[in-house]
Parts: sequence; C-alpha cells; structure tokens
Amino acid sequence: MRRAFLALLLRDLRLAARLGGGGGMAVFFFLVVVAIVPLGIGPDKALLSLIAPGMLWVALLLAALLTLDRLFQADFEDGSLDLLSMGALPLELVAVAKALGHWLTTGLPLVVVAPVLGLLLNLPVASFPALLLAMLAGTPALSFLGAIGAALTVGVRRGGLLASLLVLPFYIPVLIFGVGAAEAASAGFEGDAGVQSLLFLGAVTLGSFVLGPVGAAAALRANLR
Amino acid sequence: MTRMTSLSATQRFHAYANPTRFMALSGVLLAPLWAVTLLLIGAGLWFALVASPPDYQQGDTVRIMYVHVPSAWLAMFGYSIMAVASAVALIFRHPLADLCAKSAAPIGASFTFLALVTGSLWGQPMWGTWWEWDARLTSVLILFFLYLGYIALWATIEEPTRAARAAAVLALVGAVNIPIIRYSVVWWNTLHQPASVFRMDGPTIAPSMLLPLMLMALGFTLFFVTLLLVRMRAEILRRRVRALRLAQAASGAEG
Repeated sequence: MRRAFLALLLRDLRLAARLGGGGGMAVFFFLVVVAIVPLGIGPDKALLSLIAPGMLWVALLLAALLTLDRLFQADFEDGSLDLLSMGALPLELVAVAKALGHWLTTGLPLVVVAPVLGLLLNLPVASFPALLLAMLAGTPALSFLGAIGAALTVGVRRGGLLASLLVLPFYIPVLIFGVGAAEAASAGFEGDAGVQSLLFLGAVTLGSFVLGPVGAAAALRANLR
Repeated sequence: MTRMTSLSATQRFHAYANPTRFMALSGVLLAPLWAVTLLLIGAGLWFALVASPPDYQQGDTVRIMYVHVPSAWLAMFGYSIMAVASAVALIFRHPLADLCAKSAAPIGASFTFLALVTGSLWGQPMWGTWWEWDARLTSVLILFFLYLGYIALWATIEEPTRAARAAAVLALVGAVNIPIIRYSVVWWNTLHQPASVFRMDGPTIAPSMLLPLMLMALGFTLFFVTLLLVRMRAEILRRRVRALRLAQAASGAEG
C-alpha cells in the first residue's frame, strides 16, 4: 500500500515537472495579483506595508484556488481515476496523495516566492519569518480542503469556478489565522496573539488532513458511479 | 425509488420512505399546517406591530426584531435540517432525505437573506451604518455563501442521483466547518475591533415583547415546515413527470 501511495505521489510530481503550467502558472498569477495591488490603491509605502500580510494571503488563496481543477480533472478525463478507484489504495489515500502532490507543486512554490512579493509591498523584513511560518503551516490546508471542492466538481463542465465558490468559505479560517500570525509579527509585539493564531492555524491544517481526504473520497465515490 | 431495503433501522422509518405514502400524508397535513401558520403569523404581527409597546431606547425600530430574530433562527435551523437530511440520505439511502435536503436549501437561503437585509435595515438607525463587520453579521453572510454553493452544486450536476450524493457530502463538510468558521470569525473580530462591542440582546427582554417574538418564531418555523412539504411534493411530482417523459421518449424511439 505504501508503494502504491509513493508511486501515485511520484507520478503526480513527475507530471507536474514535465508538463509544466501548473505550479509555475500559480506563482505567476500570485506575482501579477500582488503587482496589481499598488497600481490599484496607490504607491503609498506606509499603507502598503499595513495591508501587505492580508494582501499576500488573499492573493495566495486565489492562486491556490486557480489550480484546484488540476487535482482530479485530468485523471477523470483520461480514465485513470476509475483505475485508481479500483486499485489497492483506498480512495481516501488516493486523495491524500493527490492533495500532498498538489501542495508540493503549488503550495510550496507559492510560499517560497511570498517573501519576494513581500518586498514589493514594503512588508518589514523582520516579519518575514513569521509570515513564512504561517504560510508553511496554513497552505497544506488549502490543498486538503481544496481537494473536497475539486472532487465534488469532478466531471462537471466549468467545474473550476464552481469549485472555487464551494471551497472559498472553508478557506476563511486559514485566511484569518494566517493573517493574524503575520500581522502580529509585523506589528512587532512578541505576544500571545501571534503564537495563538499560529497554533490555531496548525489545528485547522491538522483537521483538514482528516476532513479533506474523507470528504474528497466520498465526493469521488458519488461522482464516479 | 420506492425500493425498500432490508438494511432499514426500523420498519416505520422506511414506511414513510415511500413517496406515494408521503404524498398522501403530506396532502392531508398541508391545509391545517397553512391554517395554523397563517394564524400564528397573523397574531404575531398584530402583537408585534400594534399591541406591543415601542422600546424605550430604540422606539419603533425595535419592531424589526420580530422579523429579524426568527429569520436568523431559521437560517441556522434550515442548515441543520439540510445537514441531518444529508446524513440520513448518505447513511440509509432514504429516498426522501435527498428531497428534503434539496428542498430546504432555497428556503433556508431565503431566510438567511431576510435576516441579513432586516439586520442591515435595523443597523442603519441603531448603529448608524448599513453594514458592520461584526462577528455575527459576518458569520451569517458566510452561511449565506454556503447555502448558495450548495444550491449551485445541485444546479450544476445534471444526473439527479449523482447530484444528490455530491450535495450531501458538501452539506456535511459544511456542517463540520461551520463551528470552525464561526469561531475564527469571532476571534478575528475581537482582534481587529475590540472597542466596538455591539450586543443585540442588550437588557433582558420584556414580556410584552417576548410574546410576539415567540409567536413569530413559532409561526415562521411552521411556515418553513409547510414550505418544505410543498417543495418536496413539487419535487416528487417533477421527478414523476421526468420519469414519464423518459418512458415516453423510450417507447417513442422503439415504435
């Protein structure tokens, strides 16, 4: 079972590396959205650094949403999802492998470029570690909760937009606690608020590790019959 | 659809799973339900608009409460019904549970919308703003989004059985998430604006106001149940028409 899991994960990683267009596009989208913000609200540095954590998180959520339809859609279309559902691996673990692959190919690259974009928004360098830590703790939840939306809309025409609408409300806790952690750090107080929201963020992510695969597998079973 | 499985928990539970029996029973119940609903809402409105005193601080605007509070209550009641029905549908494959969840969603969404609108209308004279990013308002708004997503999912997937199961999964995932979202919004709210603490309940409510509120709450709940029955009946009839049309098309193709 572990071999099947690893094989599926490696297959997804290999596909992402060779086909391109997935994680790279998300990073590019992230960059463009963040670059548009100062154009919209003006180049006032004080204002930018004030809203930087929130803007970075919102842009990250949108970038992650855009790539959700790649989670199951291609596999559904070419029939490999049917094959996977009949294989040795339970659908829950298939969903785990898929979500993990999604995080490694989109979530992680987004977190890596976030500090560079933070510079564009005049985010204080001192708050970078906290922001990075919060993003590392929070982005897996985006992939695992997103898997539910992707699985629900698999095989649906224009499913990408619908998946975004379904999943966005579930992303709200990640956004709130993520921004909370980053803002507490950028405001400079070494206090409870930052640590607290980081812990909550971790809790949300751990919860999504359970809810995401179970929900996604149930949705896939409904859609694959 | 009328197939009865031997997996049932109790006989009675599945006896009402038969849509024909449901149609007969609900057909008998509808008229009295409408009568009691209209009576309760009528009496509630009379007490609310005429027979109860204006609030000593809020004046006549307090009367918005008699619509707002029951709506907000039914917004949550509707989602609970949807979640329970979805669970029953997924676990027992109860054929009416799907219908119940599907029919409850637009009604619940309407009450959520009503709660938001009346809350906004009430907020303008009381707080001086149409919209306040208060924890309660924000979480009701998110509940409204969840309703809309659920309805959109039903509308998008064409095949009814597939749509039913996918929507049931979504409703249950939403039910698990609502407390988390609610908690995070409260936390966010206290972090961002600790100064502005609005309390809707304020001082304990006077009996002259409690009576119309209770009447309206009961009336609204019965209204919800009656509408739910009407929608479920319509849905059953719609499926029968669909089945007839499919049969007709099939026989037409042969002949």
